[in-house]
Amino acid sequence: MLSSNAFVDPGKMKDYHYTGPVEHRFSPYSFNGGTVLAVAGEDFAIVASDTRLSEGYSIHSRDSPKCYKLTDTTVIGCSGFHGDCLTLTKIIDARLKMYKHSNNKTMTSGAIAAMLSTILYGRRFFPYYVYNIIGGLDEHGKGAVYSFDPVGSYQRDTYKAGGSASAMLQPLLDNQIGFKNMEGVQHVPLTQDKAVQLVKDVFISAAERDVYTGDALRVCIITKEGISEQTVPLRKD
Amino acid sequence: MALFQVSGLKSYAELREQILPARQTHLFDRTNHYNFGTKTQEFAVPLGVDPSGFLGTCSRDGGVSIDLNHGTTTLAFKFRHGVIVAVDSRASAGRYLASNDVNKVIEINPYLLGTMSGSAADCQYWERLLAKECRLYRLRSNHRISVADASKLLCNMMLGYRGMGLSMGSMICGWDKEGPGLYYVDDRGTRLSGRMFSTGCGSSYAYGVVDSGYREDMAVEEAYELGRRGIAHATHRDAYSGGAVNMYHMQQDGWIKVCKDDVSELIHRYRKGMF
Repeated sequence: MLSSNAFVDPGKMKDYHYTGPVEHRFSPYSFNGGTVLAVAGEDFAIVASDTRLSEGYSIHSRDSPKCYKLTDTTVIGCSGFHGDCLTLTKIIDARLKMYKHSNNKTMTSGAIAAMLSTILYGRRFFPYYVYNIIGGLDEHGKGAVYSFDPVGSYQRDTYKAGGSASAMLQPLLDNQIGFKNMEGVQHVPLTQDKAVQLVKDVFISAAERDVYTGDALRVCIITKEGISEQTVPLRKD
Repeated sequence: MALFQVSGLKSYAELREQILPARQTHLFDRTNHYNFGTKTQEFAVPLGVDPSGFLGTCSRDGGVSIDLNHGTTTLAFKFRHGVIVAVDSRASAGRYLASNDVNKVIEINPYLLGTMSGSAADCQYWERLLAKECRLYRLRSNHRISVADASKLLCNMMLGYRGMGLSMGSMICGWDKEGPGLYYVDDRGTRLSGRMFSTGCGSSYAYGVVDSGYREDMAVEEAYELGRRGIAHATHRDAYSGGAVNMYHMQQDGWIKVCKDDVSELIHRYRKGMF
């Protein structure tokens, strides 16, 4: 049954009844769903995404994670149009290699974020339909999260949700990690275990209420020891 | 195409090259360029479509909804003791609030500030480019760039892409040999020098407040309070502005960051006069 749309309505269902003549033109974009989330802690960062790939009413794949490892200390999560996600990650990989060969060092998270901003802006007039979030460790070993819009505007955050269920998850993160709208609570810093548990709970809630989120959750935890991955099953309906 | 070559018509890209400074930016009329342009920036343009209306036409079918970060109130005014710059900190993408603590003032160098309003990506990119050009100017000519020159550089960048859908309203503030400088530059190529400007969707509210309290010989604390009130009242009435007031004071020996006050707390403080 169709209900009223949420504010940003990705995946708007077409009306069943005839509304009059409609012009159909080729659209270079399509929306493949998926949600991405990143959290930065004192000495760790977490990037998590669901693994469902959908289009319209169908599910193309239940095992298509949206986190991509860039370097030993950086992971990027891309959601939106899958074609653009793949091309964008290939371009980022190529530019990382070019940098490594010219400068003999790996790019830091901040540098990757600044570079991605110019890559995205190079398509200002024909954007990549991708919502990116980069999670990693900065040069001082602290967790860093950088969130982007489709044309390259970015900033450093402590936590960010992007993708189809972002509007549902962001307020929950604001409350649990940012302690917003809570009075008389002690602001305790986030530990790694609590952060991982929070991320899992948050995705389970997202899968309950967003049709494009579900199947499984892939969590990448970035620490100075390296990147560890976990997969957690979610609702498949 | 044979007819195209015979007729001697110049392609869009060739015409652009004549207007824009050589080798600085290129528009590529192919959709398959991959931005390996590490030395010169390249821009991809959709084929056969007007770029400014392109995104609007895509954002209708199949659930595609590309929303870019937008919206602001910024204000700046000159007075006896320098220039006050105050901005809000909200970025909205369509109806969704993307972030409530964006930094909308770019610190170009210790004597130059630029504010951002309109599309966040456009402002961030072009002002970063302006910061690069100002640094190169300093290295090549061995003196700091003046506010008039810096604003002219930004204005010419905007003129190069006029009509293509950029959205940027910026104020370049600084202190150079002529004294305090304040210029307003926008995406249509407008460049105005003035004593007070406010930009963004909340600008009308800010103008009302600042106009009613402005005097050229204000004390420094009075000027800070005026800037704070201007932004606070604008965020109170404009849905697309909010967050915190970030305020800078441009003095003779450089700028200082004055404060970052949360708007809801400010409104509470002003309540007695309002309700």
